[in-house]
Amino acid sequence: MAAPLLSVENLRIEFPTRRGTLVAVDDVSFHIDPGEVLGVVGESGAGKSLTGAAIIGLLEPPGRIGDGRVVLEGRRIDNLPYNEMRRVRGREIGAIFQDPLTSLNPLYTVGRQLVETIQTHTDMNSAQARRRAIELLAEVGIPAPDRRIDGYPHQFSGGMRQRVVIALALCVNPRLIIADEPTTALDVSIQAQILALLKRLCRDHGTAVMLVTHDMGVIAETADRVAVMYAGRLAEIGPVHDVVKHPRHPYTVGLMGSIPGIGTEVESLTQIEGNMPRLTDIPPGCAFNPRCPRAFDLCRSTRPEPMPAGEGKVACWLFAEEEAMADG
Amino acid sequence: MADAAGTAGADQGTHPLLRVAGLAKHFDVSKPFLNRLFEGEKRQILRAVQDVSFDIPSGRTFSLVGESGCGKSTVARSVVGLYRPSGGSVVFEGADIASLKTRAAMKPFRRRLQMIFQDPYASLNPRWRVADIVAEPLRAHRIETEAGAVKKRVGDLLTQVGLDPKDAAKYPHEFSGGQRQRISIARALASQPDFLVCDEPTSALDVSVQAQNLNLMKDLQRRLGLTYLFISHNLAVVYHMSDQVGVMYLGRLVEVAEKRTLFRFPQHPYTRLLLDTIPNLDMSGRQREPVAGEVPNPINPPPGCPFHPRCPHANDRCRVELPLARPTDGGTEVACHAVEEGRLPAEDRGTAAAPALEDERPG
Repeated sequence: MAAPLLSVENLRIEFPTRRGTLVAVDDVSFHIDPGEVLGVVGESGAGKSLTGAAIIGLLEPPGRIGDGRVVLEGRRIDNLPYNEMRRVRGREIGAIFQDPLTSLNPLYTVGRQLVETIQTHTDMNSAQARRRAIELLAEVGIPAPDRRIDGYPHQFSGGMRQRVVIALALCVNPRLIIADEPTTALDVSIQAQILALLKRLCRDHGTAVMLVTHDMGVIAETADRVAVMYAGRLAEIGPVHDVVKHPRHPYTVGLMGSIPGIGTEVESLTQIEGNMPRLTDIPPGCAFNPRCPRAFDLCRSTRPEPMPAGEGKVACWLFAEEEAMADG
Repeated sequence: MADAAGTAGADQGTHPLLRVAGLAKHFDVSKPFLNRLFEGEKRQILRAVQDVSFDIPSGRTFSLVGESGCGKSTVARSVVGLYRPSGGSVVFEGADIASLKTRAAMKPFRRRLQMIFQDPYASLNPRWRVADIVAEPLRAHRIETEAGAVKKRVGDLLTQVGLDPKDAAKYPHEFSGGQRQRISIARALASQPDFLVCDEPTSALDVSVQAQNLNLMKDLQRRLGLTYLFISHNLAVVYHMSDQVGVMYLGRLVEVAEKRTLFRFPQHPYTRLLLDTIPNLDMSGRQREPVAGEVPNPINPPPGCPFHPRCPHANDRCRVELPLARPTDGGTEVACHAVEEGRLPAEDRGTAAAPALEDERPG
C-alpha cells in the first residue's frame, strides 16, 4: 500500500485555563491517502474544525497541540517554526473556510490577492502570475475572468466569492486542501455547484481533501471515507458507504436517524436524548455513554480505543465483544 | 383529503384559519432625498414579496421554501404583523388583520398569532431570566397577573417544552442553542396561540438537536391543535413537517402543492431544480445536477418570468410575459408558461426524490 499523504497520530489539542486544562481533541488518529476525500463530521464542539486548524498550524492561542504528531509526506509538520510552516501552508496544504467574505481581504482586488499568493510560492513574474490568476478564475467558473480579476470581493456574490477562495487554495497546486464547512454559508443550489467544482478540480489535480462539515448529505456525495467525531474523540471512521448506510457506533446510528428523509413518512425522528457533554465534564469511559441506548458497565469505566470493524474502525465496546465472540 | 387523515388536527375541516391573498411588501431602498436631488437618481423600490396567496386550514402546516432573499421571511413577518403589507390581505378567522391600523385593534390577534425566530441567541434578552422571558406574554396580554399563578404557568410551559421548571431562574446564556429555541417555543406558547409562524426554527441547530426540536414541535401541534406557517430552506425538514408546501422565487410563489405531490410530481422548473439540489444520502450514485446561475437582484428583477434567465425551458414568451398561477390536474398551482403550454413534460420522481427507503434507514 502506498504511504499516506497525511497522517495524524494521537493528536491532542488542549486549552490551558485558570481552572485546569481543557482537552478539546483527545487522542485522534487518522490518515489521508493521496487524492482521497476524507469527510470529517460531527456536531458543534466535536473538535472537527480544531483538528483541521491544527494540521495547517493555525490553532488560535491559547489552544495548543498537547501531544501527538502530524506527518505530511513523511515529514513532521506540527513542530515546524512559523516561517517554515508558512511555506508549507499554501504550497502543500491549501485551506478553504466557511465564510468567503472573511477569508478574502476586502481592501484588495481578487486579482491582487491571487497574484500575491502565486508569487509567494513560485518564481513567476507579475505578468505570468496575472495570466495564471485569470486562468484559475476561468477554471473555477467565474464568467469574464479578465474583467472580474480587477473586482473587489464585495462585488462578488457569496457563491462567486467561494469560487475565488477555491482558486486561491488551488493556485499553487497543493497536495492537500483543508475545507472547513465550505458550503455552509451558501444556498442549496449554489452549494451543489461549489461541491461539484471542488470535486472536479481535486480529481483533475490529484489533490486530497479533508472536508470538515456537519452536513451528512454533503459527506455522502463528496467523500471517499468518513470520520465521525464526538466530544473531541473519533467515534467511527470508515468508507463512506459503510458509515452512511450501515453505521456501527450508536452515536452515528442516532445521527443518521435524526436526519429527516424525503419520501419517508415518519411521525417522529429518531432522537439522541440529551446534549453533547461540555469539555469540562466529559464522563469517564466512553464519552457517549450517558446518551447511549446500549451502554453497559465497561462503557462507563473504560474508554474504548478505535477497534477494527469491517473496513473501518469503531471506538465502541460493542464491537470488541463481537470480535471476542467471533474469535472464541 | 383522505391522505391527510394521519396528520394533526385533520378533524378540523377545510375552512382556512389563515388566508393570505395578493400579499405584497415593498421596501424603499432609495438614497436619502438630498442625494437623489443632487445625483438625479430615482427612487428605488425593492419588491420583496409580490402577489402571494395561500390558505392554511386549521391544524395544518404550510411551509414556504426558497433560497435566501426569495421573500419567505418577509411573508412570515407580514403575516404576524411585524411588517405592514404594501398590498393584499391577511385574513385570520375572517378578519383582515393587514388592514388594522392601531396597536389596540391588533392586540387580540397578536395573542393568537405568535412567532418563533431563527436565531435563538438574538431572540432572547440576555439580561432577563427565563422566568421573565416566558412570563412576558402572560403579563402583556393579562392572561395571568398574580405572581404565584404566573410562576406556576411558567413552570408548566417549561415542562411542556421538555425543560425543567427550575430552569426558570437561569439566564439564556446558560442554555445550549437547542434549549434556547425551546425557551422561544415556551414563550410563544405562553399566550395560548392558535397559529405559530416558525421562521427557520432549526437551521441554527445541529441535526440531533434539530430532530429533538422538530419532534417537540410536531408533538405540540398534535396536542394543542396548532396551525403552523413553517419557513425553511431545508427541503428534508419541510417534507417532514408540512402538509402543504409553497415554493418561492424572487418574491413570488411559483408552485403550491400538497407535500407528497410536490416532491413526487414537481412541475415548475425551479421546484425541479431545488429537488435536484438535495444532497443524496442514499448513495445510489445519483449525481446532483448543478444549476447554472444565481438568484437575480430583486431591486432589478428580470422582465417576464423571474426565473427565465436560469430556466432551461424559457422561450420568448417567458422573457416578456409574467406567468400567473394556474391550477393543474394534480391539484398543484403552478406559475409557468412551459407547464401551461405542455412544453415541459410531467415528471414522476416516485423513487428518485424519495431516496431514503425505510428498510435502509438506521434507527
